[in-house]
Amino acid sequence: MSWLLVLPLLVPLTTGILCLVLPGRTAQRVLGLAGALGLLAAGLALLAQVQRQGIQAVQIGNWPAPFGITFVADHLSALMVLISGVVAVAVALFALAENDQAREGLGYYALGHLLLFGVNGAFLTGDLFNLYVWFEVLLLASFVLMILGGSKAQLAGGVKYFAVSLLSSILFLVAVGLLYGATGALNMADLALRVERVHPGLLTALSMLFLVAFGLKAAVFPFFFWLPASYPAPPAMISALFAGLLTKVGVYALIRVFTLIFTHDTGFTHSLILWVAGFTLLLGALMALAQGELRRLLSFQLVSHIGYMLMGLGILTPLALAGSVFYALNHMIVIAALFLLAGLLQRLQGTTVLVRMGGLYGPYPWLAVLFLLPGLSLAGLPPFSGFWAKYTLVAAGLQAGQYGIVAVALLVGLLTLLSMGLVFAEVFWKKAPEGARAAPGGLGGRVLPVGLLAVLTLAIGLWAEPLLSLSQAAARELLEPAGYIQAVLGVSR
Amino acid sequence: MVVAIIVAFVGALTAPWLHRWLGHAAGWVLALLPLGLAFYFASLLPEVVGGQTLRHSLAWVPSLGVNFSFYLDGLSLLFALLITGIGTFIVIYSGGYLKGHPDLGRFYLVILLFMASMLGLVLADNIVTLFVMWELTSLTSYLLIGFHHSEFRSRRAATQALLVTAGGGLALLAGLILLALMGGSLEISELLGQGQLLREHPLYLPALILVLLGAFTKSAQFPFHFWLPNAMEAPTPVSAYLHSATMVKAGVYLLARLQPALGGSEVWSSTLMLFGLATLLTGATLTFRHTDLKRLLAYSTVAALGALVFLIGLVPLTDYYAAMGFATFLLAHSLYKGGLFMAAGAVDHEAGTRDITQLGGLFRVMPLTGVAVVLAGLSLAGLPPVLGFIGKEVLYVAALQAAPAWVVGLAVLGFAVGAMLALLLVVPFFRGQPPQKVHEGPPSLWLGPLVLAGLGLLLGLFPGLYNPLADAVASAVKGKTVAYHLKLWPGFNLALLLSLLTVLLGVGFYFLYPRLQAWMAQEPIPGPENAYVALLRGLMRLAAGVERLLQSGSLRAYLAWIFAGLVGLVGLALFRGGALFWPAGASSPRLEQVLLLALMFLGAIGALRLRSHLAMVVVLGLVGAGVALVFLLQNAPDLSITQFLVETLTAILIALVLLQIRSIGPVPRGRWLDKGLALGLGGVVTLLMLGMLAQPFEPHLSQFFAQKSLPEGFGRNIVNVILVDFRGLDTFGEITVVGLAGLGVWALLKRRRREEQP
Repeated sequence: MSWLLVLPLLVPLTTGILCLVLPGRTAQRVLGLAGALGLLAAGLALLAQVQRQGIQAVQIGNWPAPFGITFVADHLSALMVLISGVVAVAVALFALAENDQAREGLGYYALGHLLLFGVNGAFLTGDLFNLYVWFEVLLLASFVLMILGGSKAQLAGGVKYFAVSLLSSILFLVAVGLLYGATGALNMADLALRVERVHPGLLTALSMLFLVAFGLKAAVFPFFFWLPASYPAPPAMISALFAGLLTKVGVYALIRVFTLIFTHDTGFTHSLILWVAGFTLLLGALMALAQGELRRLLSFQLVSHIGYMLMGLGILTPLALAGSVFYALNHMIVIAALFLLAGLLQRLQGTTVLVRMGGLYGPYPWLAVLFLLPGLSLAGLPPFSGFWAKYTLVAAGLQAGQYGIVAVALLVGLLTLLSMGLVFAEVFWKKAPEGARAAPGGLGGRVLPVGLLAVLTLAIGLWAEPLLSLSQAAARELLEPAGYIQAVLGVSR
Repeated sequence: MVVAIIVAFVGALTAPWLHRWLGHAAGWVLALLPLGLAFYFASLLPEVVGGQTLRHSLAWVPSLGVNFSFYLDGLSLLFALLITGIGTFIVIYSGGYLKGHPDLGRFYLVILLFMASMLGLVLADNIVTLFVMWELTSLTSYLLIGFHHSEFRSRRAATQALLVTAGGGLALLAGLILLALMGGSLEISELLGQGQLLREHPLYLPALILVLLGAFTKSAQFPFHFWLPNAMEAPTPVSAYLHSATMVKAGVYLLARLQPALGGSEVWSSTLMLFGLATLLTGATLTFRHTDLKRLLAYSTVAALGALVFLIGLVPLTDYYAAMGFATFLLAHSLYKGGLFMAAGAVDHEAGTRDITQLGGLFRVMPLTGVAVVLAGLSLAGLPPVLGFIGKEVLYVAALQAAPAWVVGLAVLGFAVGAMLALLLVVPFFRGQPPQKVHEGPPSLWLGPLVLAGLGLLLGLFPGLYNPLADAVASAVKGKTVAYHLKLWPGFNLALLLSLLTVLLGVGFYFLYPRLQAWMAQEPIPGPENAYVALLRGLMRLAAGVERLLQSGSLRAYLAWIFAGLVGLVGLALFRGGALFWPAGASSPRLEQVLLLALMFLGAIGALRLRSHLAMVVVLGLVGAGVALVFLLQNAPDLSITQFLVETLTAILIALVLLQIRSIGPVPRGRWLDKGLALGLGGVVTLLMLGMLAQPFEPHLSQFFAQKSLPEGFGRNIVNVILVDFRGLDTFGEITVVGLAGLGVWALLKRRRREEQP
C-alpha cells in the first residue's frame, strides 16, 4: 500500500481533528500552517512518485478493485493535489497574519483542513460513489466556513450556496444510482470498461446528468449564479480558499468523467461542452464589467475563466486537454492571489467598492505590482502563467479548426484585460476620493502570501516548461485511459 | 544576442534603486545601458552588412516548440540601433525633463523595460517570443501613457491605447499561430522561405487579416489611428520614444519582416497601399485642426506611418525602389521625429506652453534647440541636404513606378502637409518676441534633439555612410539581395519635380493654415474614435443589462435555470439518441401496486395544486410513504423502515420551520413555468429510470459481496459489511459530514448567543 497516495488525506484530516481537540489558539495556528505545509510536501512527494513510476493506485482495505474503493493518482490528480497545497499554504499564512480571533475560536483551522480533506479525497478517489461522499464533505465544510462568524450577507449568500450545492449533490446521487443500475459498476475504471454495453443514447442522457451536477460545482453557464451570490460575502481568508479550490473540483470531475467514461459520442457531448464553455466565458466576462465591487467582480471573472478549462475538454486533443489542465492549475494560483489581494485592499481602505477606493499607486507601489502580476496573468498576458494557459488553448483550438471558440477565448481575454485595467485605474491610479479612509496601520504579514502567489505566476510564466510538460503528461494519460484502467484493475481493455 | 536582451531586462530592473542611490545623475548613468547595447549592435554591423544573418536560440518551452530565439539581419539591426541609440538620449532627456518628479524611479524602470521588450520584439525569431515582446511593449506603453495617473484624461488615454493595441495583439496571436500551422514552424526565419506555400494555403486570407489587424492597431493605421494622438497625454520623452520613433513602428516592422512570406499577392499590396494612403491622408488632414505642438507631431507621425505601410505594399510591385525608400524614410523619420518631439518638450518645459500660436522668437533664447528644430524640420519637409529628402525622393520614384497617378497625387498632398508643419515649427523660432525669462534648457534637454537632427544632416550629406546598411534592410524587406546607390542629387527627374511641388504646396498650406485651423477646430469631426466610444459604452450597457437579466438575486430563478437546463439537456440526449424504453416482459401490476401508485400520484398532484405550504409538505409525505410501502412489498423491510423514519422526520422538521416563518404567504396561483419544470424533471428522470431498467444488470459486485461477506468480512448482514468494511471509507466520509454539520450548528448557535449578550 502506497502511503503517499493517502497522505494528502491523512495530513489534513489529522490536522483538522487536532485543531478541534486542542483548545489553545496558538496551537491551532501553528497546526494550521504546519498542516498546510505538510500537505504541500505530501503533494510534491506524490507528484514525484507519479513522475517516476507512473499512475499509482491503492485499494482501500485491500479489497480488490472493483469491489472495494480504489484511490488513484495520475498526473492530473497529483498536480491538482499539489497546487491545492500551494493555495492552502498561502491562505494559512494569510490567516495567521489576519489574526481573526472570532473565526479562529469557531474552528476556522479545523474547518479549513477538513475542507482540504474533502478536496483531496475528490481528486484522488477512483470510485464514483466515493467521489459523491467527498463532494458532501467539502460542501458541508465550505458551507460552515461560509457562514462562520457570519454577518447577514454571509448567511444570505450561504443559503443560496447550500441550496444549489445540495441540488447538485442530489443530481449527482441520482446519476450515480442510474449509472450503477445500467452497468453494475461504481469503480471508474470498471465503468470505463462496462459502459460499452449500455445503450449509447441512454449513456449520453446519463452523462448530461453528470454534466449538470458537476457543472453546478464548477459554476458554468447556466448554473453559475450561486457563485457571485455567495463568494463575495466571507472574508478573504475564506473566499480565497473557495475561489482557488472548490470550482476546480467540479472542473476536475468533469474532465475525469468526460475523458474516462463518457467518450462514446464526443460529437454531441463535447460539442455541447464547447457551447457551455463559450457562454460561460462570454457571460462571465461581460457581467464582470458591470461590477462596482471588487470581490463580486472577481467572482464573475472566476466564473468566466472556468470556460477556458472546459474549452480544452471540449476540443479534446492532447494539446487542448493539456491547456485545460494547465489553465486550471494556473487559475488556482492566480484567483487565490486576487481574492487575497482584495482582502488586503479591504484592510487598507475599509471597502472594496471601487468608487470609494483610490490613490494607492503613490504610497503603495509594491501593492500595484502585486495586483498587476496576477491581474495581467488572469487576462492572459505574457510573461505570466496565464499567457501560456491561453496560448496553449488558442493554438490547440486553431489546430483543431475550432475557430468559433478561439474567437470567444481571445475576445474574453480582451474583456478581462479591460476589466483589470479599469480596476487598476480605479484602485491605484485614481486619486483617493474625499473622505476615503486612511490606512490604519500596516499590512503586516498579509503581503507575504499574496507576494508568494504573485511571484509564482510570474515564475511559471518565465519558466513554463515544467508545469506545461506535466500538464501534457496528464493530457496523454487522460486520452489513453488504458494506463489508468491497467493501474486500477490490473487488466487492460 | 540572447544575453544582450537579458541584460536589457535585468538592467531595467535595477533602475529604481540606481535612481534612489544616484539622484539627479541617474539619467546619465542609466543611459549607459542603452548606449552599451547600441555599441554592441554597432559592432555587429560589418557582419550584417556583409550579408550574414545571425541567429541565437535558447530552448524556452520545448514541449510546445517555443524557443527564446533571435534573428539579426539588416532590418532588425536597423531597428535595434534605433531603439538603443534613441533610447540613450531619451533616458538622458528624461532625467532633465522629469527632474524631481516623485515617480521618476518608476519611470526609468518602465521605459527601460519598454526598451528591452522592443529590442526583443524586433530581434525575435520565434513567433511566441515575438508576441510576448509585442504585448510587453503594449503593457509598458500603458503604464507610461498613464504616468500622470491622477488625471482622468491620462487614465482614459492609457486604457484606450491598451485596448486597441492589446486587442489587435490578440488578433495577431491567432494570425501568427495560423501562419505557424500553415508553414509548419514557429520560427519566422523558416516561414520566410515558404511564401509560396503560405500564399496558396486556404487559410492565407484569414491569417493575413489577423496579422494586419495586429500591425494596423499597433502602428496606428486608419481606422485605428485615434489612440496615438490621445497617447500624447504621456510625458514627452515617452511620446518621443514610444509614440514616434519606436513602438508605433512595431506594426510596420512586422509587415516588413513578413513581406517576403506574405507579400506578392494582390490582396497584400492593394490592402497595404489602400490603408497606408488612407492613414497618410487622415493624419495630414487632421493636422490642420491643432495648434498644440505634440498633437501636430502626433498626426504627422500617423501620416508617416501610413507612408511606410504604403511603401511595404509597393515592395512586391517595384524592383527595389520601394524597399530602398522604406529603409531610408524609416530612418529619416525616426531621427527627425524623435528630435522634434524632444525639442517640443524642451520648449514646453522652458516656455510653459506647447501652443504654436503663443510661441515666438525662441531662436535667440534657445539657439541649440533651434538648430535642432531647423535641421529636423528640413528633413520633415523633405528638403535637401538632409536624409528626409533622399527618403522622400526614393519613395516618389517607387510610387511613380507602380502606383496609379491619382495615388501619387494624393501622396504628394499628404507630404505637402508635412512641409507645412515644418514651416509651422520653424517659424516660431525666428518671428516674434521671445517670452520673458525663457532660456536654453540643461544639456540633457538639447543633446538628444541636436544629435538626432545632426545625424539626419550627416547622412543626408554623406548617404554613402548609410548605404550599406540600407541595402541590407531593403534586402530583408524585399526577400532578395538589393544593391542601390543612394545619392543626395539624383539629377532632374519626375520625382524631383514632385518634391518641388510638395514644397510649394506646403508653403501654400502654411498660409491657409490659420483660417483652416480656425474652421476645422470648431466642430468635432466624427471618426472611428466615436465608434470606439460607442462600442465601449454599448458594452457596458450590455453588461449591466445581462447582469440584471441573469443575476437577479432570486434563488427561485437560479433553481429554475438549473432545472430547465437539466430537463433540456437530458431530454435532448434521450430523444436524439433514441433512448426511449419500455421494460420488456413486465408483468401486469397487482392490485396493491396500483393502489399504491394511485396514492403517490395523488400526493404529487396535490403538491402541484395546493396553495398552503404546510399542506404541501403533508401530501408530499404521501409520496414518501408510498415509496416506503413499495420497499416493503419488495421484501426490503430495513429500507422501508429507514425511509419511513426519514420521511416522517423531514416532514416534521419542515413543518416546524414553516410554523416559525409567519411571514410566508400562500403559494401564488399560476406559476405554470414552475409546474412545467417539475413535470419535465419528473418526466426525464422516469425516462432515464426506464432506460436503466432495460439494460442488462451486471451483478458482479453483489455476487462478490455475497460471497465474501461472511468468510472475509465476518458479518452475515451484507449491507452492514458493505458499510463498515467493503466501502468503509464512504461511511467514514459521511461521519465527517455529520460532524461538520454539528460543527456548523454549534458555530451558528454560538454566534446567536454572542449576539444576545452584547
